[in-house]
Amino acid sequence: MSYQGKFRVWRGDDSGGALEDFTVEVNEGEVVLDIIHRLQATQAPDLAVRWNCKAGKCGSCSAEINGRPRLLCMTRMSVFEESETITVTPMRTFPIIRDLVTDVSFNYTKAREVPSFAPPKDLAPGEYRMQQVDVERSQEFRKCIECFLCQNTCHVVRDHEENKEAFSGPRFLMRVAELEMHPLDTADRVDQAQDQHGLGLCNITKCCTEVCPEHIHITDNALIPMKERVADRKYDPIVWLGNKLFRRS
Amino acid sequence: MARAEIAARTLRTDRWWLPPLTTFVGLLLISIYAAFRTFQGNYYWVDEYHYLTPMYSPCLTEECIPAASHFGQWFPALPGFLTPPLLIIPFLLGFRITCYYYRKAYYRAAWASPPACAVAEPHSKYTGETRFPLIAQNLHRYFFYAASILLLVNIYDAVSAFSTGLGLGNIILLVNVGLLAAYTLSCHSCRHIAGGRLKHFSKHPVRYWTWTQISKLNNRHMQLAWASLIFVCLTDLYVALVASETISDLRFIN
Amino acid sequence: MPELERHSFDVLVIGAGGAGLRAAIEAREHGLRTAVLCKSLFGKAHTVMAEGGIAAAMGNANESDNWQVHFRDTMRGGKFLNNWRMAELHAQEAPQRVWELETYGALFDRTKDGRISQRNFGGHEYPRLAHVGDRTGLELIRTLQQKIVSLQQDDFKEFGDYEARLRVFQEFTVTELAKDGDRIAGAFGYWRESGRFVLFEAPAVILATGGIGKSFKVTSNSWEYTGDGHALAMRAGASLINMEFIQFHPTGMVWPPSVKGILVTESVRGDGGVLRNSDGKRFMFDYIPEVFKDKYADNEEEADRWYTDQANNRRPPELLPRDEVARAINSEVKADRGSPHGGVFLDVSTRLPAEEIRRRLPSMHHQFKELADVDITAQPMEVGPTCHYVMGGVEVDPDTGSSSVAGLYAAGEVSGGMHGSNRLGGNSLSDLLVFGRRAGAGAAEYVLALKDRPVVAEDIVTEARATALKPFQQEGGENPYTLHMELQQSMNDLVGIIRRAGEMEEALQRLEKLKERARSLTVEGHQQFNPGWHLALDLRNMLLVSECVAKAALLRTESRGGHTRDDHPSMDAEWRRKLLVCTASGDGVSVVEKPQIPIRSDLLDLFDRTELEKYLTSEELS
Repeated sequence: MSYQGKFRVWRGDDSGGALEDFTVEVNEGEVVLDIIHRLQATQAPDLAVRWNCKAGKCGSCSAEINGRPRLLCMTRMSVFEESETITVTPMRTFPIIRDLVTDVSFNYTKAREVPSFAPPKDLAPGEYRMQQVDVERSQEFRKCIECFLCQNTCHVVRDHEENKEAFSGPRFLMRVAELEMHPLDTADRVDQAQDQHGLGLCNITKCCTEVCPEHIHITDNALIPMKERVADRKYDPIVWLGNKLFRRS
Repeated sequence: MARAEIAARTLRTDRWWLPPLTTFVGLLLISIYAAFRTFQGNYYWVDEYHYLTPMYSPCLTEECIPAASHFGQWFPALPGFLTPPLLIIPFLLGFRITCYYYRKAYYRAAWASPPACAVAEPHSKYTGETRFPLIAQNLHRYFFYAASILLLVNIYDAVSAFSTGLGLGNIILLVNVGLLAAYTLSCHSCRHIAGGRLKHFSKHPVRYWTWTQISKLNNRHMQLAWASLIFVCLTDLYVALVASETISDLRFIN
Repeated sequence: MPELERHSFDVLVIGAGGAGLRAAIEAREHGLRTAVLCKSLFGKAHTVMAEGGIAAAMGNANESDNWQVHFRDTMRGGKFLNNWRMAELHAQEAPQRVWELETYGALFDRTKDGRISQRNFGGHEYPRLAHVGDRTGLELIRTLQQKIVSLQQDDFKEFGDYEARLRVFQEFTVTELAKDGDRIAGAFGYWRESGRFVLFEAPAVILATGGIGKSFKVTSNSWEYTGDGHALAMRAGASLINMEFIQFHPTGMVWPPSVKGILVTESVRGDGGVLRNSDGKRFMFDYIPEVFKDKYADNEEEADRWYTDQANNRRPPELLPRDEVARAINSEVKADRGSPHGGVFLDVSTRLPAEEIRRRLPSMHHQFKELADVDITAQPMEVGPTCHYVMGGVEVDPDTGSSSVAGLYAAGEVSGGMHGSNRLGGNSLSDLLVFGRRAGAGAAEYVLALKDRPVVAEDIVTEARATALKPFQQEGGENPYTLHMELQQSMNDLVGIIRRAGEMEEALQRLEKLKERARSLTVEGHQQFNPGWHLALDLRNMLLVSECVAKAALLRTESRGGHTRDDHPSMDAEWRRKLLVCTASGDGVSVVEKPQIPIRSDLLDLFDRTELEKYLTSEELS
């Protein structure tokens, strides 16, 4: 059960490039990454592609297939018609290195800007006690495999390079939310989310959630709750008054 | 370093423009209908069966039909073409406009920011919700409080209509408040206030339970937003048709 | 020739998986300037693939658990070939390493009283694996990654530079270690992205490069697992031990072809999943070896009761050590009782409610749904053995991780000895942490005690550069992909899960020919992100390491753990006293016997004499 599939793969580097046509064998049960590998082994030995685990666990092989941000290893060929031409392009939001490989250092820079986990100072290792219901929210966010597809698809930076400075992107706003909801984190992250990480730039159009290969509810469970926490702090006198009256912190 | 040189705004091959178009047309049609009914200023009360359309509830000005003013007439008659719903519509509209789901819907459908995922938006600048006027989206929870009060009024209307017996209109009013309640409760602000803002669920079992229930509803927030919006219009239409005697109410008792 | 990029550090860590990152954290916390060099992006290391958990005798799920029990389980699993000191340190220190992760921000699943939940796993007497659903490896790698970022933030506060004392060079391959006399002096390699060469000068190098699985056709390992550290160590003059022991994980996916080999976590069985053949029979009851008869149930009723009452029932045989299960599956398939795609059935759908499966095994559910279009809550999975882990590796000092070469350290899968002939599930992640930290500390102390720093001579650089560029300068040679496929096929068929002398001799002949052909490999294109070139360079390492595996496997005329000889099917207590040591010689390798260090008597006293009689010679017992 194999056929000759039609592919268009973007090839080039930062000085320019174009879509190149290939006809290549496709077998039953294969994913797009298999086809890219077959291209490497048979027609284009220097075709650059980043990959690693081939099981959707490491988040290396992010690219765009027919214009949609996806993992190459988790896109089964069976979702396409045999006659369809499949276009494979690198992630658009990041600078190109070569072919399907982009420079994702933006994400590592943003990761560094999120202050780390701050446990209570006097708590010794082995004495941590947390309830399952309290860790579950952050655990959902820790499923993230850092494929950066959410960062790539988010129009705030995809369509506006100039926002990269001010905006950490869904992945790292989610990291802020993860720490904010960590039962033992002592740092205050609400103001940072708005002022340092650009939460206000998010207009909750949910593309990050749509492309997430781990199906994390980034928007509903991380971004909106963070926006609500910001609203608590900055825009809600009732909450403020309640905190004053009942001396909650 | 530059990005990969790809000229096309998008390489998506599916009909990505269909969902935003559908949303746009849907919202447009409903807005036209709502505007028409608001300024019509008539056919909002069925005296015989005590049906009051949710669009005119509460009816608080002196031009209201006295029986339809369940909570009294607090204001003098409005001048010119202005009608009683204009006092409550800012709150209802405000709740929907600042709703996290509707924001996504109209940012995409009406403002193309972005039109669909991985489709370039046409605007050269983007500041999101950081500045006036969009920073006001943060006021969602006030509209939630206001909408909750209006919801209680609607529930009162629906229940008090049973005093005249039972007709199809009663069922419609009841379903309507049911959908409105589900939409209101499933709101992200409500979810946050109920328990989302807590750091330790384990210390607040009741609020945690409430939060989990609201979270389940919240998963359906989009569906509830549309269902309740469309059904409000249908409810209003039914009341209008009965009130104008175009059709007669289907009665089960009396 | 373009200018050579040069860096100088105190400690170089090659590899950014669990062991590498933990070692880097330790070296940096000793105040040393540390660099991490990794082939993939930071945070993508193969450790993310670990699913089940981290074995540590914290005693949260069963208070009877302690390090002695863990030590016993580890030695049993390794068929007593383990380096006992490593097994001891590992069992003693694993709990501290896990608790430490919590201080870095890890979020494990919890018990009712808020402690770390622990689950059952093959070969472990008590529920012992700290876990996060079935994505524990991801949690581990992310936690360590975030700890590194946290240390960098501290440095930023202190020095205004995130990378003042700890820097990650990602997508970077090391091709050669440099020595100054007998001591390590640095490492030479290239940026995968640009192909540009870099020289690192450093008095200490910690190898944490993982395994060698990419020399086999069916493997759960990623492309990175080309035995780089093993080969670098040998070329630098260090020795490898136990290379004949390769763990074939019993349950890898067998279909579709493109994902053949990808792991199906052992927790599927720990949580109730059972293995059946095409007759629908739970065949594992037929494969309980004599040494395990008193620990494993011999009927389905008792096995099923065990899941709810572990005190009064013996364990189901599906939870036998991995080597036993892998061999059993292999036999069933060979006897024509396999599944349609050449595996057996692993079924959890009839054992747990769908909701429970989704909660306990979310990533397995996801993996089968997306890759094979199989819903594991409704259908059985098809599974078969896959090359998973190499027990062998660099021979190290247990306490410091030091190899026989001054300044060269190894930790994690690339080191040898800890797991003996077979590794227990869950002992890998704890191994990474325990010995990663120890190697980091060992290297740091070595550097701090140095009187003068070694220097890298220029001719080493010139030669390393020439070796790396050779594939571009040759014409008409072969494509590295072709060679790689042939190597994988040979190793899989001839030095695979069941071995015979004749086949291994043939494998060695094929390896000789492959080595010959590899000398004239040709690569097209340029140095910038060129996967063909990368493979050509990795192939050199794979060939060297494969030769070790084949030679050692041919010499060991017994079956033990991850080494099964069809022509020598039983375990031989005399062989337990011998290690096979592999070193580089000429352009190949030589393998020699070396006596195993006897187990310390107080550790031996932890076992019943009747059990020891199964493993030890009468001379040792007297």
